[in-house]
Amino acid sequence: MDFKFTDETQLLQEMVREFTEKEIQPIAAEIDEEERFPEEMVAKMAELGFLGIPFPEEYGGSGMTNLDYVVAVEEISKACASTGVIVSAHTSLAAWPIYNYGTEEQKQKYLIPLATGEKLGAFGLTEPGAGTDAAGQETKAEDKGDYYLLNGSKIFITNGYYADIYIIFAMTDRELGNRGISAFILEKGMPGFSFGTKEKKMGIRASATYELIFEDVKVPKENLLGELNKGFGVAMATLDGGRLGIGAQALGIAEGAFNAALAYVKEREQFGRPLAKFQNTQFRLADMYSRIESSKLTLYRAVCLKDEGVPYSTEAAMAKLLCSETAREVTWQAVQLFGGYGYTREYPVERMMRDAKITEIYEGTSEVMKMVIWGHLNRVDSI
Amino acid sequence: MNILVCVKQVPDTTEIKIDPVKKTLIRTGVPSILNTYDAYALEQALQLKDKDPDNVKIVVASMGPQQAESILRDCLAVGAESAYLITDRKFGGSDTYATSYILSQSVAKIVEQEGSFDMIFCGKQAIDGDTAQVGPQLGEHLGLHQITYAINISLNEEKNKALITRELDEGKVVVEAQLPVLVTFTKTDDLRFASIKNKMKSKRAEIKEINYDDLAGIDDTKIGLNGSPTRVVKSFTPDVKTDGIIIREDNPDEAFEKFAAELEKVKLY
Ligand SMILES: Cc1cc2nc3c(=O)[nH]c(=O)nc-3n(C[C@H](O)[C@H](O)[C@H](O)COP(=O)(O)OP(=O)(O)OC[C@H]3O[C@@H](n4cnc5c(N)ncnc54)[C@H](O)[C@@H]3O)c2cc1C
Repeated sequence: MDFKFTDETQLLQEMVREFTEKEIQPIAAEIDEEERFPEEMVAKMAELGFLGIPFPEEYGGSGMTNLDYVVAVEEISKACASTGVIVSAHTSLAAWPIYNYGTEEQKQKYLIPLATGEKLGAFGLTEPGAGTDAAGQETKAEDKGDYYLLNGSKIFITNGYYADIYIIFAMTDRELGNRGISAFILEKGMPGFSFGTKEKKMGIRASATYELIFEDVKVPKENLLGELNKGFGVAMATLDGGRLGIGAQALGIAEGAFNAALAYVKEREQFGRPLAKFQNTQFRLADMYSRIESSKLTLYRAVCLKDEGVPYSTEAAMAKLLCSETAREVTWQAVQLFGGYGYTREYPVERMMRDAKITEIYEGTSEVMKMVIWGHLNRVDSI
Repeated sequence: MNILVCVKQVPDTTEIKIDPVKKTLIRTGVPSILNTYDAYALEQALQLKDKDPDNVKIVVASMGPQQAESILRDCLAVGAESAYLITDRKFGGSDTYATSYILSQSVAKIVEQEGSFDMIFCGKQAIDGDTAQVGPQLGEHLGLHQITYAINISLNEEKNKALITRELDEGKVVVEAQLPVLVTFTKTDDLRFASIKNKMKSKRAEIKEINYDDLAGIDDTKIGLNGSPTRVVKSFTPDVKTDGIIIREDNPDEAFEKFAAELEKVKLY
């Protein structure tokens, strides 16, 4: 057991931290306020290789590990959870399934531009009637010989509209239920593929969340991702990895709020002394820090399992559950420590508290994480 | 087009705090960085390379202890081609004069490997010593003409002359210089970040070393502590002075209005 980063991971963490402090942090409040998707920041990150961290160099990636990728999302999310999820959804939910399930042609055509960041990716599973029950897909894809004909819609799609490449799930055989779902690669601009409303959200307001509409979209046969009718497995495996990214986003939010609170209590004085002198403040911060560290270890361990190539879905579920609850708790406490100032937009903890909530909801709610964990417990007699 | 950029590792002075009681610098835990002005000098070289990637080669050199290797790697990560660390115990304790002498001797050595330089870039000064002496002294040792406080450089069509914008207290001046030339840079454009790939590659890159023994014919009386004419007589914390303001208006009434407004701000009347 070795709890040390390699030199490479250390270096990557320093790089991303420096970039985040100099480039992302200064605009984080502004893009939240304006609900503006930071296209220019995505371009900058692409140039530096932030959009393909865990993929091999031959596919346009930076040739690093999943741990490196997760550390990057964590660092970015310390300042801006919206930017964190843009990177996470792109990397884990769009590029990874092509890397893992794609044919060589699909990798050449779609993974390379995604990993270099030339193109942005998104993932569409959720529908109005298919949320937690993702198998309840209404979108259907009919085999028309030369192509699949796609009809239906998706909601709540992160990076929607701004993304160029979409991983879309649809029923190819309704009779078979969740064994009749397939995954497809769609491109923005395909005739019949359009965008509906953009959600107005509580948090991560600089990330774009869109409705996708498919009206007789002709999807070429070669754009089937993975095997026919095996799409549900693709979705579940993809989400296992995605949860590591969301765990990292949540952890970053918690750390960002913690750092802000730690600095604030040393400055702010009441009753003639800094808040940090009150034992209540000290105990709160001790609790917050302990939660952050234990969530972090759980997350890093799950990621290391993925890097080792062994099953990690239970660990990923525990990591996401813990990190998102930590984000909620720590941001809540941070606002409390800031008092009235924390409730205003003068300080970042107000935004962070709003941003934290989504991490308990998307890529599987906390309830779903517990279902996954129970799924494991159901198969064992002791731990 | 060969460009040599001379760089120095310095403590990050923005992170240094003064001990309020002892009035000394608190140096522990202060990270070492590439001197900011050297980074601007490198950025200008990189911009010349961006314009003509096949023909511009950038070499970086630093005199310092072994750990200064890390800033050379930073330079490689953003696009310098090769890096030299000039290091020897005998060089320790050198003041600006001895440093620039050792650098000038090393340049001859680097030229053997890399070919002669069309331009040598330096930062205008190091943010730790703030002397602004090493660049000009190096120019003198090498017999090059020198342009200081530059913020921008471009080359003519024939690539034998440089057009350099200098930033001075009274305004900007554009000068033309025949190559080869030594240029020192002040704050210019934003600095670039290294990509992940290049950063990782730079970690494994070779840093070439130049030691005392490599510099045949170096004059021992001009290096190290003994070769340094500078002596520190006294250190003290100067009183903090804020910058004055100069009000310039064609219309004296407007100038007076502004002057009065400034007085009002500081509540001087
Ligand atoms: C900002 C944002 C971005 C998103 N990005 C994407 C994206 O990029 N791609 C994508 O496909 N989706 C995305 N989603 C969708 C997200 O994953 C779903 O919202 C989430 O899975 C929950 O589904 P639902 O909203 O339909 O809630 P529901 O499924 O209706 O759940 C409501 C509540 O009931 C609970 N619940 C449901 N079933 C059970 C059960 N059996 N037992 C116990 N409790 C249960 C849930 O845990 C939850 O608390 C995004 C959502 C948001 C808000």
